[in-house]
Amino acid sequence: MSSLKRFAPGVALAAGAGLPLLVPNEYYLQILTQGYVFAILACGLNVIVGFAGQLSLAHAGFFGIGAYTVALLATKAGVAFWLGLPAGIIVTAAFGHAIGSICLRSKGHYFSIFTLAVGLIIHIVIQKWESLTHGHVGVIGIPGPGSIGPIQFDSSIARSYLALAFLALTLVATARLLRSPVGRTLMAVRESEPLAAAVGLDVMAAKRLAFTVSAALAGLAGGLYAGFIGFLGPESSNVEVTFNSLLYVMVGGMGSLSGPVAGTFIVYGLSQVLQVLQEYQMVIFGLGLVLLILFMPTGLAGLIRSWSIRGRRS
Amino acid sequence: MMLLETHGLTKAFGGLRAVEGVDHQVAAGSITGIIGPNGAGKTTFFNLISGALPPTSGRIVFEGEDVTRLPAHQMARRGLARTFQATTLFAEATAIENVLVGYRQQTKSGLWDALIRSGRLAREEREAHDAARVALDLVGLAGYADKLANSLTQEQQKRLAMALALVARPRLLLLDEPFAGINAEQSRGLIALIERIAAGGVTVCLIEHQMQAVMHLCQRIMVLDYGKKIAEGTPDEIRLDPAVLEAYLGHK
Repeated sequence: MSSLKRFAPGVALAAGAGLPLLVPNEYYLQILTQGYVFAILACGLNVIVGFAGQLSLAHAGFFGIGAYTVALLATKAGVAFWLGLPAGIIVTAAFGHAIGSICLRSKGHYFSIFTLAVGLIIHIVIQKWESLTHGHVGVIGIPGPGSIGPIQFDSSIARSYLALAFLALTLVATARLLRSPVGRTLMAVRESEPLAAAVGLDVMAAKRLAFTVSAALAGLAGGLYAGFIGFLGPESSNVEVTFNSLLYVMVGGMGSLSGPVAGTFIVYGLSQVLQVLQEYQMVIFGLGLVLLILFMPTGLAGLIRSWSIRGRRS
Repeated sequence: MMLLETHGLTKAFGGLRAVEGVDHQVAAGSITGIIGPNGAGKTTFFNLISGALPPTSGRIVFEGEDVTRLPAHQMARRGLARTFQATTLFAEATAIENVLVGYRQQTKSGLWDALIRSGRLAREEREAHDAARVALDLVGLAGYADKLANSLTQEQQKRLAMALALVARPRLLLLDEPFAGINAEQSRGLIALIERIAAGGVTVCLIEHQMQAVMHLCQRIMVLDYGKKIAEGTPDEIRLDPAVLEAYLGHK
């Protein structure tokens, strides 16, 4: 194993731990915290898209389900964030399991289109079910995470570290998943479904598991988002959220562990820098995406991998 | 004792009957062959008995139990393993990872075992790695465990595909054109490997065009033509069968 790979987790953790201290003001701190949350969403999307090879486009919907579960439990039933968050994850996972059971019967592009439609339907339900979600008005005054013992999460910097901790947990969980027999099963399904079935793997069950885990992580990201922002509108489940996180995953490298995190920080960071351009930044991203697919289809992680292979050969 | 029986097995794709009314028996412990011209329905027959395709009609009996319409992964778990015609492997994975996937059906660890790194997971991973090493050793790829599957030669890939099929200790191994695309010397090595596999108690059934290999290896041969069984018997009987000669060489 290359030394780069051995030190990478430590360096990343140090950078992550130092980052909130270096950020100049409150506003950027919130941006950073949201970056961590979107990185969790991207890691979740990577489980189904990268590990299992199924291009799901429903994830804004799952993000919305997680967010609204936390928001509505808190504002309508007075459920504390720390109970609401696991509830949000469980509800989203349940939706993921049920929706996956249906969508995964289709394959390839059909699956992608099916899940795109499901994501849109979730978005529309959130938007139109005014008695529950308050429609366009949204949910306001969502209480943030309460203190755990002496640790309080009222300050932006504390929330930033909390989001970072959840991101680290997500990475540990996905790493353990990927490097287990379950991860190998997903790899087998991604590489060849007929062969996977021929060696006794239940392809449908494997895909459904990946879809459920993937949805659960999107639900976690959504729940954190609701608690941190304190306000939630239907645009949180907009299809843009799906395509943004897909872009994060692709830039970082599908199927790699930390690629989606790197991708999130590059693209999300860039989009913040390019805020001044408003809508026109989409032109830049569109062009960037085309160039990415043409010249770097395996993303940043793939690029680094091929460099290290070349390095070993020479 | 018969390990596998088919009764009137038929598969129609629209109007085309790729396999039609095939009655076939595979005796436990034997090496049998299926031959026939291109498009005779040989691979479709394999796809039917391995559960990759559901038959249109007819029955499949494996180890005395009716297994008609069982999906592929359940047939595999019952002890039926196969290789594919175009050597199919998990190309981006290493040799040992490929074989480990083949052993997965024997293990029970799930998502939670992976997340908490349970003792069961550790134990099963040790078992799986041991079994994978044995399988790689059996096919002569002991030194290639950490090589990517797509970096192996065609012949090594065929051996790896067999290790992948064998690691879960199947009772019936279906080989679809194991000798295609390799030279004569490599064929001899592969013949020896198949004989070793059969000697280890695995019943082997193979589709092959290379007649020398088929005649040498197989105790019994079935001949398919246009989806129908036109002959069955020992290699010597098949060699002289007028229906077989006609199917291969045409009318006089």
